[in-house]
Amino acid sequence: MITLNVNGKAVKVDVDPDTPILWALRDNLGMTGSKFGCGMALCGACTVHLNGAPIRSCSTPVSQAVGKKITTIEAVHTSALGKAVQAAWIKNDVPQCGYCQSGQIMSAVALLAANKNPSDQQIDEAMAGNVCRCGTYNQIRAAIKDAAATLTA
Amino acid sequence: MKTPFKSSRRDFLKASGLVLGFTIPGAVRIAEAAADFRPNAYLRIGADNSVTVVCGLSEMGQGVHTAIPMLVAEELDADWSRVRVVQAPVDQAFANPIFHMQATGGSTSVRGHWEPMRKAGAAAREMLVGAAAASWKVDAAQCRTEKGVVHGPGGKKMTYGQLAARASSQPVPKEPKLKDPGQFKILGHGLRRLDTPQKVNGSGRYGMDVRLPGMLTAVLARPPVPGGKVVSFDDRKAKAIKGVRQVIQIPDGVAVLADGYWPALKGREALDIKWDNGPNAALSSDGVTKMLTAATLQEGKVARNEGNVVGANAAKTLEAVYEAPYLAHACMEPMNCTAWVKADSVEIWAGTQSQGPNQGILSHVAAVDPKQVKVNTMLLGGGFGRRFAPDFTIAATLLSKQAGKPVKLVYSREDDMHGYFYRPASVTRFTGGLDASGNPVAFSARVASPSIMEASGFMKLPPDGVDEFGVEGVKDVPYDFPNLRVEYSRQEPGVQVWFWRSVGHSQNIFFSESFVDEMAHAAGKDPFEFRRALLSKQPRYKGVLEMAAEKAGWGRPLAPGLGRGIAVAQSFGSYVAEVAEVSIQPDGKPKVHRVVAAVDCGQYVNPEIIKRQVESAIVYGLTAALYGQITFKDGRVEQSNFHDYQMLRINEMPKVEVHIVKSAEAPGGMGEPGLPPLAPAVTAAIFAASGKRIRKLPIDPAQLKA
Repeated sequence: MITLNVNGKAVKVDVDPDTPILWALRDNLGMTGSKFGCGMALCGACTVHLNGAPIRSCSTPVSQAVGKKITTIEAVHTSALGKAVQAAWIKNDVPQCGYCQSGQIMSAVALLAANKNPSDQQIDEAMAGNVCRCGTYNQIRAAIKDAAATLTA
Repeated sequence: MKTPFKSSRRDFLKASGLVLGFTIPGAVRIAEAAADFRPNAYLRIGADNSVTVVCGLSEMGQGVHTAIPMLVAEELDADWSRVRVVQAPVDQAFANPIFHMQATGGSTSVRGHWEPMRKAGAAAREMLVGAAAASWKVDAAQCRTEKGVVHGPGGKKMTYGQLAARASSQPVPKEPKLKDPGQFKILGHGLRRLDTPQKVNGSGRYGMDVRLPGMLTAVLARPPVPGGKVVSFDDRKAKAIKGVRQVIQIPDGVAVLADGYWPALKGREALDIKWDNGPNAALSSDGVTKMLTAATLQEGKVARNEGNVVGANAAKTLEAVYEAPYLAHACMEPMNCTAWVKADSVEIWAGTQSQGPNQGILSHVAAVDPKQVKVNTMLLGGGFGRRFAPDFTIAATLLSKQAGKPVKLVYSREDDMHGYFYRPASVTRFTGGLDASGNPVAFSARVASPSIMEASGFMKLPPDGVDEFGVEGVKDVPYDFPNLRVEYSRQEPGVQVWFWRSVGHSQNIFFSESFVDEMAHAAGKDPFEFRRALLSKQPRYKGVLEMAAEKAGWGRPLAPGLGRGIAVAQSFGSYVAEVAEVSIQPDGKPKVHRVVAAVDCGQYVNPEIIKRQVESAIVYGLTAALYGQITFKDGRVEQSNFHDYQMLRINEMPKVEVHIVKSAEAPGGMGEPGLPPLAPAVTAAIFAASGKRIRKLPIDPAQLKA
């Protein structure tokens, strides 16, 4: 048994220590908001926060999360910033198929937590690890700027 | 509710079955559980004023879960804020009117449902009005509807919810009256998507998210070479892994079933399988290119022949050979399906584009009555045609049958990439002739590619030997060429091919529009003006071509280093022209700065969704043009994941502008038509910027390096 802190709660999962955080969340804890896209940290669909930093949960074993705080899309609304980002995503009607958007939002929240008013280049740098096959990138950029505007207002 | 109600509802359902064109069994089954107003299979109105649209089409990002409700809500005069959407079961009531089976694809959703869904809403509205008029003892003509309320004379009003129970006993109108487009309040407006909230908080449920009690997760080892077979396998190491429960062989390969994906994946890695690689063990992409190219030197089956291309009196001739590779769809959500096979029934949960075909196929796979096959359609994490295929639903069904438990089969990204069902590789040889003034006198094309019709399993190559998907986009070249000939040669290198966003147009418009660009340059003419002069009999092509050129500022100077290219295409009933602005970076990689699109899709539902679909298709097409290729060596696919099958990322995203033509024409499709003109517009812009002609995709930066 491994004890993890997920969205502020201590939970126990019966998995091998090399099990990626993603599969502990999805298969053991039933938290399916974080998505499986590539298994190699290439697409960002699985992005969650570990102590506030964005990580690719498909390639980070649970052993590295012990004693740290995991935050997932399911709890992102509990912070004012997370709420603002979700609201900006809704305002811009960003998602199409939507499968990558949990990861996009987690990356965007981490970006804005560190930088309240990112430039286009800073948005590119923070978001280039998140693939959207539907091509919603211009809407993602607009939503990040909208969220930034509400935060700095 | 009173008892007489029941029989009258049944009568009305029978009548509505005739009027609205759905089969009675499905309608009755769905209606019998109803306590609210269910005028047909597509609509429920609750006493609480809720309006629920039941959508038989799959939501894969294209916005059908918003567009279909908009069609119903418009004619119903519903309060849009009370409209919600639920996914339909598999049922003949939801057969796509274009396909005659329940399936989503071919950009058919709005085209096929434009009238039936409006009629469904209009019939319900007339019944609600009838119920109100009867209650008030007034003539229905004295009543009007607005935002979910029937208004009568003297300020009388009742909400649809208040009328729901009474409306059910109203006669079903035989020909419900539809609005004139000028009266539309919902259609034509950029309303917000209904599916957005669940897609920003992780609650939206995709096939991958299905969990059932006692379910096992399966990862399947399939032959590394197409057509390969298992000779023998040793599963002892796999079974020793914690969480692995079963190892099962099916015709597709060997599956490891475990408590979750991770142990199943580790279990598969531990399998020791001996494969017979079969007849394709030597398959190589060089071999495919040679095979297809050689075929274009031989006469093919005639797809179109006008005038006499050989006798055309050309002062100048040009010839070019174009090539496009196999492509994977690479949906963000890898293929997966959860199946639960019981003694005499099958239930699946999947992101599928083909509920109807799956019902038939899986009934054979599990040897049960088709009526005992239930399909639960989940959200699709991308479709693009790939989820029309039944490979993952069949394999999951076989595994559940053998395991005796619910089984979720999950493709890894690598499995998905190696899963075949690729866009066909294709080679086309063009010959063009120009007279002394630069006017085209001849255009001929020989296409060589595998047949999607034969690969589909539900179509056959017609007697003339021409695969319609093989030649679409070349055969229907719209220009006024006095002598024109298009031939097709079916070539089968041995790889399962399939429908990929915009199908044949995805490569053929690149081929034909690029060659037309070559003809324009050979004629010494501006590529826009050259096309425009040849489109006098094609007003819709000409309309979007001119609009795109005007909006993009065609002919105006560009910043140094930039080139501009234009292309136009019709596909799926919609016309799209695109202008791309491109520069070449020092490493030879093109950078696309801006794409301007003009769209004529006839009458339309939601302009915001159209703009997003065109932008999405531009990204999909640009990704393919810059990076996309599935190649083979020693029978094996050389790509495996997003590091070697790259996706366009946010830092490479061009500015996109989409302009929509106001039109009274019949609705066209919108999920695919934005894609075909993108690659030829980009490569024409590359030519304008560098003088280098790209005739093979993906674009090779080495060819463009200064």
